[in-house]
Amino acid sequence: MHQYVGLIVLFPLIGLFINGLFGRKIKNEKLIGSIGSGAVGLSFLVAIGIFVEMLGMPAEERGSVVTLFTWIAAGSFKVSAAYQIDQLSIFMTLVVTGVGFLIHVYSIGYMHGDRGFWRFFTYLNLFIFAMLNLVLADNYLLMFLGWEGVGLCSYLLIGFWYDKKFDGVGITWTGDAGNKAFWVNRIGDFAFMIGMFLIFKEFGSLTFNEVMGGAENLAVGNSNVFWITLLLFIGATGKSAQIPLFIWLPDAMAGPTPVSALIHAATMVTAGVYMVARNSALYALAPDTMMVVAVVGALTAIMAASIGIAQNDIKKVLAYSTVSQLGYMFLALGVGAFTAGIFHVMTHAFFKACLFLGSGSVIHAMHEEQDIRHMGGLKKVMPKTYWTFLISSFAIAGFPPLAGFFSKDEILWKAFADGSGVLWAIGALAALMTAFYMLRMVTLTFEGEPRWAADKHPHESPSSMTIPLIVLAALAVVGGFIGVPAVLGGGNAIHQWLHPVFAQAEKTMALPEHHNHALEYALMAISVAIAISGAWFGYRMFKKDPEADGRISSKLGFIYNLLSNKYYVDEGYDGAIVQPVVKTSDRFLFGFFDVRIIDGIVNGSASLTAWVSRLMRTAQSGVVQNYAALIVVGTLIVLGLIIIG
Amino acid sequence: MIPIHYYLILSAVMFITGVVGVLTRRNAIIIFMCIELMLNSVNLTFVAFSSYLGNATGQMFVFFVMAVAAAEAAVGLAIVIALFRNKQTVNINDVNILKW
Amino acid sequence: MSSEMIVFFILAAVAAISGILMITRANPVNSALLLILNFISLAGIYLTLNAQFVAIIQILVYAGAIMVLVLFVIMLLNLQDEGPLREELSKRHYANVFFALAVLALIIEVLGWQGGETLNAMQQMAPNAVQNGMVQNIGDVLFTSYVFPFEVTSILLLAAMIGAVVLAKKRFP
Repeated sequence: MHQYVGLIVLFPLIGLFINGLFGRKIKNEKLIGSIGSGAVGLSFLVAIGIFVEMLGMPAEERGSVVTLFTWIAAGSFKVSAAYQIDQLSIFMTLVVTGVGFLIHVYSIGYMHGDRGFWRFFTYLNLFIFAMLNLVLADNYLLMFLGWEGVGLCSYLLIGFWYDKKFDGVGITWTGDAGNKAFWVNRIGDFAFMIGMFLIFKEFGSLTFNEVMGGAENLAVGNSNVFWITLLLFIGATGKSAQIPLFIWLPDAMAGPTPVSALIHAATMVTAGVYMVARNSALYALAPDTMMVVAVVGALTAIMAASIGIAQNDIKKVLAYSTVSQLGYMFLALGVGAFTAGIFHVMTHAFFKACLFLGSGSVIHAMHEEQDIRHMGGLKKVMPKTYWTFLISSFAIAGFPPLAGFFSKDEILWKAFADGSGVLWAIGALAALMTAFYMLRMVTLTFEGEPRWAADKHPHESPSSMTIPLIVLAALAVVGGFIGVPAVLGGGNAIHQWLHPVFAQAEKTMALPEHHNHALEYALMAISVAIAISGAWFGYRMFKKDPEADGRISSKLGFIYNLLSNKYYVDEGYDGAIVQPVVKTSDRFLFGFFDVRIIDGIVNGSASLTAWVSRLMRTAQSGVVQNYAALIVVGTLIVLGLIIIG
Repeated sequence: MIPIHYYLILSAVMFITGVVGVLTRRNAIIIFMCIELMLNSVNLTFVAFSSYLGNATGQMFVFFVMAVAAAEAAVGLAIVIALFRNKQTVNINDVNILKW
Repeated sequence: MSSEMIVFFILAAVAAISGILMITRANPVNSALLLILNFISLAGIYLTLNAQFVAIIQILVYAGAIMVLVLFVIMLLNLQDEGPLREELSKRHYANVFFALAVLALIIEVLGWQGGETLNAMQQMAPNAVQNGMVQNIGDVLFTSYVFPFEVTSILLLAAMIGAVVLAKKRFP
């Protein structure tokens, strides 16, 4: 099946072209939706085929590279369009196509009646195509193609309803939010590119296999590798919304909800995690970068979680929750628990996609109302959405034995064992906040008395929307069992599966084996206690009094304002970076440099030409005698030269 | 004997006379005659060198120059007539269509 | 000063003065007549150079044919006097005359006073100059060495003839 890996990428491309070229003519939403979803579904089937085949092979034979064609060949620089199939990439492919397929199906219902229906599916297919290139690429350049491709789709889809208003710092329209995402990502992409150049300089190749092979010969602490890994990580902070480049993700919620679920929760934002995991062998050589990754991840986790507490927009809460969970993933990567990070990518994809789709279902039912203070009592009206949403909330809060418990617990355990107590404490505090704000949201949205306007008639969503919800909720329940840790008697299947990919990194880092089961049990118990107490707290406080926010803010005004205004990071960036750049551009670059210098050169060369022309045209009198006189002058000069010479 | 310089200087004087005529006169026919004068000054140079070098080629050239001059006279005068027909003038200041 | 020299100077003076007068006459007929005078004196100078054939041709072709044609055209067009020459001359013309005279000065400088060995050696005409100028000798060279250019000349004359007919006959639109 290996050789058919091209098909995985090809199907979304075909769907993209059919919908993109003929979608406007087709008009039939069912057909467009079927083409879009079908393309991704077929990719998913092929991926499953390859996965099953790999299961039947010995672990060391599972990796392979399929070269489609030579993409660029210039001297010693050679890049092929080649796909690397190994345990990690097929795993990511399964997540991307599987969750992607469900979200495509959901979108058929969600986007019903939208005039950009065909456009939406075109973009979605383009996104899947780019994302598959990202995860399947066997070299940095093809990965970067996918990396930029998903960024483009993110931009296109955030601003999908381009004529809709959206509020934010410096943002009026959804298109502005798209721009913001694009620009912030650009900073990261720039770092990624420089990292790529450094890789080529250091290793003379851009394929993963050769770079990893070259990395085997390098010593730990190599300064070049430090810069490479740091720059790649800066790229990852852009794409995966980490400090300091996380600010675009909350505003990315301007896009349609399925987009938020697919791109800004389940798949694209995990690209940074995947990229770091893919370069695990390099990161293992740079302990300093690993420290940076872990600290940034932990800080992002706690900061985003704290902001999430004070948000009232259902999608904003989920957005900060996503940022927070991504912070967890980087925390895991930073302490060397690559498997745990990837595991959390998967479980997070399940429950966060489910939560986003659930929120989409709610928003749909509430006629585009997104403020949870104006909801409540939806439990009876839309039970399917409620139950799936609740299960997923428990999963993200870390209730055993749901998926989130296993992945998050493994991260916290590794943070404690291979990192430090401080990292663990931060992670645990973030987990507490996560449980709290998730249950606050669930309670405010679904429990209690209805607080919506009388003219709204919420209703359960159609089955094309609820079935994906149910499937994702089921996955959020059972997904964690592939990673049951050894202390609980599980085989930790995902660890076994991914082990060959991270073997090199683990060998370099030489982390000690941990056999302190008592400690592991204790930490596990603490995280369960944290999850339950946080959740109970959130439920109780807001069940009793939906206006609890108001009470808190009157008591803790300063902190509450700080949180609800997201620590004023946007305003800070605006004042410290955006405005100076804009002013410099306007005053100096435009007002002086462009108008005076550039235009001066352009206009000056024009006037110079005109001046010289005016001078020269006097010679063009049309009087033959003048021309003859010039011949005489020429003769004079020639004769003069002869005499002088 | 007459040194060759004398012939050459006479030739130069005649040639420059022709040049001055071409540059200052406006009557196309006089300009035409000035050109003939210049051709003749060149002919004089040819013949002088031919005689002093004892080579008949110079006189061959004079012969061909005369042939060309005859042809030029025919065409040039035809042009003057055509010009006069169209513009009722042979003043070349009125014929500056080379400038567009 | 030998008689040869005297003859040359007289002829040269006539040629130069008639040339200068030719370009300063307002009436084209006068100009044409002065030019004929110039040509005739040139023919005399050719004789002093022992170029008898060229001298005869000069009279026949230039003075006889070409200048008659020119006079014919002048009279055909019935051209009036151009008016006083002074009115024609502008600053531009003075500059042109200055340039032309400068060129003359340079030519004389190069030829006359800086002629160098080659020209200074030519104080005497070649011994065979008398032979060269004879019709027999000219014909000999013309119809052997230069027979092809001679034939091509006929084509040139034919083309000129056709051109003249076309130009003179056809009315331009």
